[in-house]
Amino acid sequence: MSALLEARGLVQEYRTAKPLFGKAGSVRAVDGIDLAVREGEVLGIVGESGSGKSTLGRMLLGLEAPHSGEVRYRGQPMPKPHGEAWRHLRAEMQLIFQDPLAALDRRMTVARQIAEPLEIHRLGRGSELTERVAALMSRVGLRPDQADHYPHELSGGQRQRVVIARALATGPRLLVCDEPVSALDVSIQAQVVNLLRDLQERERLTMVFISHDLKVVRNICDRVAVMYLGRVVEEASSDVIFSDPRHPYTQALVSSIPRAGQGLEGRIILSGEPPNPAERPPGCAFHPRCPAAIAECRATQPELLAHDGRRAACLRLDRSRQSAAA
Amino acid sequence: MTFVSIRDLRVAFDGVPVLHGINLRIGRGEAVGLVGESGCGKSVTWLAALGLLPGKARVTGSVMLERQELIGAPRASVEAVRGARIAMIFQDPSSSLNPVHRIGRQIGESLRLHRGLRGSAARAEAVRLLDMVGIPSARTRIDLYPHEFSGGQCQRVMIAMALAGAPDLLIADEPTTALDATIQAQILDLLSGLRRETGMAMVFISHDLGAVSAVCDRTAVMYAGRIVEEGDIATLFSAPAHPYTRGLFAAIPEIEAGRARLQPIEGTVPDPRDLPPGCAYSPRCARASDICGRYRPDLKPRREAVGEVACFHPFASANSTLRQEVPA
Repeated sequence: MSALLEARGLVQEYRTAKPLFGKAGSVRAVDGIDLAVREGEVLGIVGESGSGKSTLGRMLLGLEAPHSGEVRYRGQPMPKPHGEAWRHLRAEMQLIFQDPLAALDRRMTVARQIAEPLEIHRLGRGSELTERVAALMSRVGLRPDQADHYPHELSGGQRQRVVIARALATGPRLLVCDEPVSALDVSIQAQVVNLLRDLQERERLTMVFISHDLKVVRNICDRVAVMYLGRVVEEASSDVIFSDPRHPYTQALVSSIPRAGQGLEGRIILSGEPPNPAERPPGCAFHPRCPAAIAECRATQPELLAHDGRRAACLRLDRSRQSAAA
Repeated sequence: MTFVSIRDLRVAFDGVPVLHGINLRIGRGEAVGLVGESGCGKSVTWLAALGLLPGKARVTGSVMLERQELIGAPRASVEAVRGARIAMIFQDPSSSLNPVHRIGRQIGESLRLHRGLRGSAARAEAVRLLDMVGIPSARTRIDLYPHEFSGGQCQRVMIAMALAGAPDLLIADEPTTALDATIQAQILDLLSGLRRETGMAMVFISHDLGAVSAVCDRTAVMYAGRIVEEGDIATLFSAPAHPYTRGLFAAIPEIEAGRARLQPIEGTVPDPRDLPPGCAYSPRCARASDICGRYRPDLKPRREAVGEVACFHPFASANSTLRQEVPA
């Protein structure tokens, strides 16, 4: 299968503010990522705050130019932000954020918000425009009478539907969803997840789904990449990641999912601090919190290598494979 | 033995009732969960009980702490309870801490107010509390500012501050919602460990049924300003009786269920200014009949199981097959 979107050696660095004394530093938010998203596939990206997942999402969409490495869309390099070619690509790729109230203009009615991208990309005028907006609204499950409402008159779930309708307006092939349901209540979250799944299946959309909610990721994604401090530590099909995680970090993450009716037993409680990109530990970035770390993990950064139906970056897994082969 | 007893607690903002008569008892040392979606009144219940609501809120009913009435009590006597007998921690720890004061000073303030400790005695006690909540090298980090701690550690500092008054009851309002998964697990572990050590009671307010079941003995489920179901964790999770409780369970994706389609609760939570007549959940309920639209069911003991439910058509406990029972 052909990759719609490909990332090669993607790195992003941000400069930190210059302190009173000394030199300004730099923080590596994303530290060398190779990924491919196939056409019609839903790729999940999970990780804790500071793991670089949102930065990765913005680079995949070409909203940020990478520090080094490249993103290719349909085999072509991603054009530089704000150029003519880049603007043209906006119609094909869209981003859905976590907070719909911040993403919407509170002084515009629902219909105006959805019509705006159509006008910008010159995809309809007059009565044709009105029809297109009405069709988009019904596709995401909004009632016709809600066209004249303002964002504050809608519930959180309805607002997210408006955001989704607006993202779909230009007929995109790629959607990057950054925590699209995290701000919603449980009962509404399920409605929006089902909507995204239906749209994806019906229109064979390619999706990158960024979330810290592993249960939602499990439900919606075909494949999952787990990030830790700017690197992918494990990547496999959803079934494999959740039933048989091998990287110690993925194991802790999967075991930490609260399960209704089950107490705290069997959870792997990681000690230590959450990752801080400004203080990346040497060697494997996870080693200070890793229950399986050995001396070598402090010195050598593991590569993302194929292991038993997945890719994983862990020296302990490399070791066990070598000893099995010997 | 009952420690706090809430009876017919009602709250209205600008004449709009948001809490419609809550009855709840918290026993000594007991951990009780309060579950519900945003706007159901789960936080307002405790803000009202502790006198933390803004002046425009009209609060009626009764909150008894042992033999002391808190509603309508003079400010000084409520302040003597708050922090010392009942402490509260919130969702966003970084905004609850004062950014311009060292954390040692902030914990010290609690110790001075509630236990009269000062100087080196207060400092030693603050270090002990920070140790207890798992802040490494507490002796030196006591002089740091909140921004020098991560979110999970700020929540630990908040918990240390709450423990400073040695409260009998800790109200934890969504304490892990803003935290990452692995840190969430650490804080839940810490809270249940502290409860074992100190014997304090806890009210755990959350929309996360998984987190509630991890740390609580008993849970009340709230909808539109009322408790709709209440019971011990085991019964509630194996055989929920209220259609809303069942709906909540079914709406949560399960890791084991793979890509099975989710079962959302259709519709939205009603606007408190425009509550439907009868049972507030009836417009979204698949089991609703005529009677549900006309009369409001009271919270009554369940016939076949321990616990209470407010529903004319509750599920019987024999049907514990959850997913099939909820109509799509």
